[in-house]
Amino acid sequence: MLEIIYQFISDQVLSPITALIVPSDYQAHALIVLQTVIKILSVLVPVLVTVAYFTYVERKVIGFIQGRIGPNRVGFFGFSLWGLGQPIADAVKLIVKEIVIPTGSNRFLFVIAPVLSLAPSVAAWAVIPFDDTKVIADINASLLYVLALTSLAVYGIIIAGWASNSKYAFLGAMRSAAQIVSYEIAMGFALIGVLIAAGSLNLGDIVNAQSGSVVHWFWLPLFPLYIIYFISGVAETNRAPFDVAEGESEIVAGFHVEYGGMAFSVFFMAEYANMILVAVLSAILFCGGWLSPVQGIPVLEDLFAWVPPILWLLAKTSFFMFLFLWLRATFPRYRYDQIMRLGWKVFIPLTIVWVIVVSALVVTNVPPWFD
Amino acid sequence: MINNVKNYIQSLFLWELLKGLQLTGRYLFKRKITVQYPEEKTPQSHRFRGLHALRRYPNGEERCIACKLCEAVCPAVAITIESEPRDDGSRRTTRYDIDLTKCIFCGFCEESCPVDSIVETRIFEYHGENRDDLLMTKQKLLEVGDAVEAQIAEDRARDAFYR
Repeated sequence: MLEIIYQFISDQVLSPITALIVPSDYQAHALIVLQTVIKILSVLVPVLVTVAYFTYVERKVIGFIQGRIGPNRVGFFGFSLWGLGQPIADAVKLIVKEIVIPTGSNRFLFVIAPVLSLAPSVAAWAVIPFDDTKVIADINASLLYVLALTSLAVYGIIIAGWASNSKYAFLGAMRSAAQIVSYEIAMGFALIGVLIAAGSLNLGDIVNAQSGSVVHWFWLPLFPLYIIYFISGVAETNRAPFDVAEGESEIVAGFHVEYGGMAFSVFFMAEYANMILVAVLSAILFCGGWLSPVQGIPVLEDLFAWVPPILWLLAKTSFFMFLFLWLRATFPRYRYDQIMRLGWKVFIPLTIVWVIVVSALVVTNVPPWFD
Repeated sequence: MINNVKNYIQSLFLWELLKGLQLTGRYLFKRKITVQYPEEKTPQSHRFRGLHALRRYPNGEERCIACKLCEAVCPAVAITIESEPRDDGSRRTTRYDIDLTKCIFCGFCEESCPVDSIVETRIFEYHGENRDDLLMTKQKLLEVGDAVEAQIAEDRARDAFYR
């Protein structure tokens, strides 16, 4: 379905346009550029729409857990539609708001910081495989690329905190930096476990290494790493219960106190895009990505054969996204020293031990995963 | 020692956290208790203390006799009364102001009134676009009283037993 639409756009729209505008010597290159732009848009637009509606779902889910009903007023054309117009109303409001730049701030860094935090979380989508064939850049070290880009996001936060020239912002940025650096290590070790188990850094190959059935997925042999990866992901994205960087009851809003309007909403989008990224990576690395959960079960397998693989990936991702909201609605914020203790004295030793265990499992070819 | 080990294992397997998640997970599907305000409203007590009103007797004569007890009892000093004998010799107010920006809706004026003239109604959905709108003059108070007299009388009747 998606392939057909892509082929149609590529053949019927892009080729004639390049033939018209571009000199004949460069037509082949121009076509590739245009095709890549179309591919990027086909990932980016859904991601940003999901970000917008994720905020809506968050308010709904947390409302439901607290016995409320959440936003249900703003709709379209006079119909309230359970408040589905809310994210659009919010976006319009934030776009038309004035951006205030504090006098004592470093203007250049202040303006560039939101971009620095959004860009890596969006760029990381380049290597996410949605299917055996659907991936923008099928590079051989995509796991490394993802790790590098998610680590870059901390620069946006630190720069925002420093450039604001505000105590609260700076405190938030310091906390966030320390926290992300601590959890980055545990996360890195968890990914090393995946890397050892799959024998590849390519996300597509990692998913294919899990094929078989639900028990072949890596969540079972790598169970501690799976849990630690997700919790570290929550900590990396500065989400509750690890939201000391924002800590609205202690330091107002942390690193983005001085931001308003669209600059603030870019930080917001970065946070949500990061959450979706962590969710999709959890699905790919530990829950078999686009693989069907009924694979290998005699009757069910045929029953669900019509489901396109991308839907399985989306379903798994949605589950992890829901988990983010569930955690936020359940747990109070960690105290700062508890966060550090958890990161350094629990997660890192555990992951190191389990990396050794996984290595042993792989070396001894333990079935059903590594035979 | 055994307890320590038990605690350690419980915290390692996130036992308490899972129980917390289970609880909030159950609440996700519980009945929602939100009252959707303009369409739905919470029930009101007949002793509700909202916007003030001055009442009249059934023959149209205003009840207030300018005794100024309400003015004296008002803890927020929100009431201002001036009075003069009317042409027929009866004692009446020439000015009866309640400053709603000062009023704390304690209901003391209502309690102190010997003729049940000043009362607090169930009206709570009102607003003013400037301060003058929130200064209730005698004229405005009497209008409120005329508008909701039926409700006021019913509420007083329901409460009479306890007074």
